[in-house]
Amino acid sequence: MPRKKLPVKTKVEYLSILDEQGVPDAALDPKLKGDKSLYLYRLMLLARRMDERCINLQRQGRIGTYGPCRGQEAAHCASGIVMEPDDWVVYAFREPGTAIHRGWPVEHAMLFWGGFEDGCRVPNGVKDLPLCVPIASQVPHGMGLGWAMKLRNDPHCALVYLGDGATSEGDFHESMNFAGVYKLPVIFFVQNNHWAISIPVHNQTASETIAHKCVAYGFDGIQVDGNDPLAVYVATQEAAEKARKGGGPTLIEAVTYRMSVHTTADDPTKYRSEAEVKTWEQRDPIHRYGKYLRKRRILNEALEQQIENEVQGEVKAAVERYEAHCRNVDPSTVFDHMHAELPAELVAQRAEYRRCLVQEGVLKE
Amino acid sequence: MPELTLVKAVNKALDEALSLDDTVVLLGQDIGQDEGVFRVTEGLLKKHGPSRVIDTPLAEAAIIGGAVGMAAYGLKPVPEMQFSGFFYQAYHQVENHVARMRNRTRGRVPMNMVIRMPYGGGIRAVEHHSESREAIYAHTPGLTMVIPSGPRSARALLLTSILKYPDPVIFFEPKLLYRAFKEDVPDEPEYLPLGKARVAREGKDLTLISYGATMRPTLEAARDLKEDEGVEAEVIDLLTVAPLDTETIAASAAKTGRVVVIHEGHRRCGIGAEVVARIVEESMMHLEAPIKRVTGYDIIFPYFSREAPYLINADRVKNAAKEVLAF
Repeated sequence: MPRKKLPVKTKVEYLSILDEQGVPDAALDPKLKGDKSLYLYRLMLLARRMDERCINLQRQGRIGTYGPCRGQEAAHCASGIVMEPDDWVVYAFREPGTAIHRGWPVEHAMLFWGGFEDGCRVPNGVKDLPLCVPIASQVPHGMGLGWAMKLRNDPHCALVYLGDGATSEGDFHESMNFAGVYKLPVIFFVQNNHWAISIPVHNQTASETIAHKCVAYGFDGIQVDGNDPLAVYVATQEAAEKARKGGGPTLIEAVTYRMSVHTTADDPTKYRSEAEVKTWEQRDPIHRYGKYLRKRRILNEALEQQIENEVQGEVKAAVERYEAHCRNVDPSTVFDHMHAELPAELVAQRAEYRRCLVQEGVLKE
Repeated sequence: MPELTLVKAVNKALDEALSLDDTVVLLGQDIGQDEGVFRVTEGLLKKHGPSRVIDTPLAEAAIIGGAVGMAAYGLKPVPEMQFSGFFYQAYHQVENHVARMRNRTRGRVPMNMVIRMPYGGGIRAVEHHSESREAIYAHTPGLTMVIPSGPRSARALLLTSILKYPDPVIFFEPKLLYRAFKEDVPDEPEYLPLGKARVAREGKDLTLISYGATMRPTLEAARDLKEDEGVEAEVIDLLTVAPLDTETIAASAAKTGRVVVIHEGHRRCGIGAEVVARIVEESMMHLEAPIKRVTGYDIIFPYFSREAPYLINADRVKNAAKEVLAF
């Protein structure tokens, strides 16, 4: 019987719009309006300053282990701003800019990494799930949200973030498979930051790119320069439009770089070279985008300074709110949300705990 | 009141839940066109359509993880695991998300979800189809673990779990009892509170505590003890094994002073261990004899050729009861 090459019908593309000098491909430039352009710039800068502040807070012992997003601001912010209020967003844990855009208070990351469940309290009216530590386990949730929307004829979409390491997990593949089978309005957004702690992406997969993994599941994928906010924005916008119109899922691979540690408990000098990190410094998404905005005369030195001041003020205020929270916490509230109504055995255990806390002077009677 | 088997009673509850609440969605492998490998979902696809009764690809983690997304959206997913032995492939979703979501979001994202599955031995099934691992889920904070013992309790507990209980429920169906006997099941929806045990038979001489499939040999033993020895055994059907109804258990133990706990699941850290601990904490001064456990052993559940003698029968319950009575 014949042996022949089988056709592959799914499309896998690559997209880059803005080069490292901040020069756009004129034909591909989405030419976002001035206020939207500045909003994105400001969001990326806010994510960076918050991130830097969190590293400092960790070094000073004011929060616990922190997982930074440095270098990945374009990948997550430029995709996040595509999501409308009635779309859903599901996080991994390096997307604080998107969360702030969606309505989370800046201090939510400080609360989470500072050891308070309150960092996962989804703000009222925000259609998000909180950040998620067990790698890839959030991916089925994004798929399930898309599934629910499809069942309810809701013309919106879900975006779920994951990293390159997560693409090795079963949850990723099972979710991609379900999304393909049911043609769900889901965007699988992979921030390929090259490193899953110490494992480089070439040890994570033998696929040509992560974007190619969509072929197995019967829908399209695109690899974008993840440090190029314009490419990230355009690819996400197209995927969202397609999903909202019933066109099904898209896999987006944003190629970026984890400029900092995996978490503050990690020492990357054990497994990667300074030279590699230096190469990526040249590709910094905020510098690149700033250059582009200045060329478009949307940004100038005075405005840049003004945004810088505003952003730093926001971060400062967030730290103050976070630290006020730290001072006002009743440890026994850990029981409060175990069930809608606490069962008798937990009522008894909470009373026992409170008695201990009173005895130890942690709580007043 | 029609007489129904347990399988028909579960079917009735699912049908009613789908009819009464349009956010209820059933999903699982072979539950639609095939109507479930035990025919639990017979007629439901035809009646409620493919957006309410969904045949899924074969992937437990995506079924449960997808249900997490559905529940976050505001639906009430009722995923079926075809056998409890395959639930482990979704276990991380249960432990990391289903059980934790309400707490970690400080109440903002509850998980109104009922995960149903058949459990237990006795049907001469192939490996991985006979286990009783309720203790795993009973040990997981945030989960409610429900196990009915007959058609009527199955229908009422399932309907309550889906429609009246805003938190995640793991619902074990004793597959040995699917077609074992019939009970009167009221036409109108009936609800039973979760977390509440039932005194299935009143007595004063000793207390037999069980749930699920082993309620049958337990009740049989109680009848024999009365007929043969004139012993009046009180029988408690836990119905919900987590959280436990300490009050009912402790009160009965205090009344009779003699207790046997019966279950098919493993003994070590099993539900019985927790029941005994509660009795010791609450009613120890009333005890007249050491408590005995009649349970599965701490071994891998036997392949089916050696299964029948391994299952708990009324004689083993009676022997334990007599030892406790003779102490």
